[in-house]
Amino acid sequence: MSGTAGQLAAEQVTAGYGRQIVLDRVDLRIGRGETVGLRAASGGGKSTLVRVLALLHRPDRGRVTIDGAPVTGTRYSVPVAVRTRIAVLFQSPRAAADPRLSLADLIAEPLRATRRPDDEIRRRVADLADLVGLTADLLGRRPHAVSDGQLQRACLARALTHRPDYLLCDEATAMLDASTQAHVAAVITDYQRTHRAGVLLVTHDPALMNRWADRVVDLPPSGVVPGRP
Amino acid sequence: MKTDQSVTAERPAGIASLVDPQRPGGPGPVLDVQGLGVRFRLRDATVHAVTDLTLGVHPGELLAVVGESGCGKSVLAHALLGLLPRNATVTGQARLHQLDDGPVDLVTCGERVLAGRVRGRLAGLVPQSPATALNPVRTGRRLIEETLRAHRHTRAEAVGAAERVAAEVGLDVADLDRYPHELSGGMAQRLVTALALAPDPVLLIADEPTSGLDRPLVDHTLDLLRRRCDGGKSVVLITHDLAAAERVADTVAVMYASRVVEHRPARRFFTAPAHPYGAALLDALPDRAFRPVPGHPPMLTALPPGCAFGTRCPYATDVCERQPRLAAYDAGAVACHHPIGAGVVS
Repeated sequence: MSGTAGQLAAEQVTAGYGRQIVLDRVDLRIGRGETVGLRAASGGGKSTLVRVLALLHRPDRGRVTIDGAPVTGTRYSVPVAVRTRIAVLFQSPRAAADPRLSLADLIAEPLRATRRPDDEIRRRVADLADLVGLTADLLGRRPHAVSDGQLQRACLARALTHRPDYLLCDEATAMLDASTQAHVAAVITDYQRTHRAGVLLVTHDPALMNRWADRVVDLPPSGVVPGRP
Repeated sequence: MKTDQSVTAERPAGIASLVDPQRPGGPGPVLDVQGLGVRFRLRDATVHAVTDLTLGVHPGELLAVVGESGCGKSVLAHALLGLLPRNATVTGQARLHQLDDGPVDLVTCGERVLAGRVRGRLAGLVPQSPATALNPVRTGRRLIEETLRAHRHTRAEAVGAAERVAAEVGLDVADLDRYPHELSGGMAQRLVTALALAPDPVLLIADEPTSGLDRPLVDHTLDLLRRRCDGGKSVVLITHDLAAAERVADTVAVMYASRVVEHRPARRFFTAPAHPYGAALLDALPDRAFRPVPGHPPMLTALPPGCAFGTRCPYATDVCERQPRLAAYDAGAVACHHPIGAGVVS
């Protein structure tokens, strides 16, 4: 990776919650097409860094850049065209999915939010469901009626609706069984290959990290937080 | 390999003892499950969550129950402790031994016996989602003390014990005075483990006790369970984490579509799985082939009459349209018409 083209980067990011500083001047770059593994102790700020990169958490200092251009603001203050370039897959699909929506509506949500026409939405939902291995009978169900693995597949489909350039996976397969984990990883790797997407892989499973990440970054302890497990 | 068998017929007696040949004539199992079945009646369907399940757990044994999500692992735990909802029907037998006055059948003994003598003291449970298992208006310390008081410990004993079990599970003593909502997922997980360990049960059923923990804490918790078994207690570890099972288990029971399809000494299972499903599951591990099991597991409301793995199995033949029985196989038992290695292993 040379230059700043084709990369999502955190530059000298300091972030935390109130007075508690979790990240202290952290740099991280994710290039298009590469899988970067992120490793840190529990409570070491991995999830906070993911939230900063996903433009969900405003850093106290430092900035997030895409292709070298700084992103201003967080959440809805970021232009749609910019924030849809980044997608996140969280650890717990239960916490990340609206329990009132069917899986089909869950996957369609980002498309509805950007006012795509209905026939395009139907087509995309069917394609995405197929991609992640959700059968048609599951699409009509709501989260309580499916397993964690099935729900995480739906969340993955939702994350891919806008064809993001960067996908951030925060312990996304930690609660899945081995087979579902391997399947989700295969779907992500395929997508990455066809779309040349950059992937951030946060996991504390060394075997998974070894197998999946192209390179591994250790997040140093910020030194400000009392180190407690 | 097995000839055909009619309806219920004879049950292969003592499959459990076949799994552990190192202990011939040793103490009998603490838990002896024979032909356990659990069904849930829904308005328009019946869920077959556990079917004809036979298992034994001996003193000092750590049994890992593994399988894909939704295969019936957690239902098994809840069935053994009488924690199923009212629309569940339980059949078969699950005898818990080591009671002063003979064994108790967990299926038929009733709520009074379960509540008064079994739960907590004889058979403890580490429930799957700690966030929903903790009383939100009690601190961790109060919860542990309350548990011990309920098990007839004196107040003085309870006070010291809270800090002892907290230390045992790797929970900071300072965190004992927090309320559940102030704990991270990993801390809550350690607290429910501490609650189950506090009364020192003969049998501990741990349902995904390592979820939400990072690797050092996973290993800490697993080693804690291992030490319990080395001290003569028994543990049933229900987990989707095969690496965890490999680290500590003596025996492994692989569940698929409500049945135990393979039950063997852990070392044998991890080096030479006998059931094609067991082999496919191991192949999915990131340090092995990292290849998902092809296809999807069947729905528990619509199980096929034959082998439920048949449609996903590379070895399936016509005979697989008949349900294979769990039969003795290479130091354990397997339910398959074409077990891997048959005819190779003498």
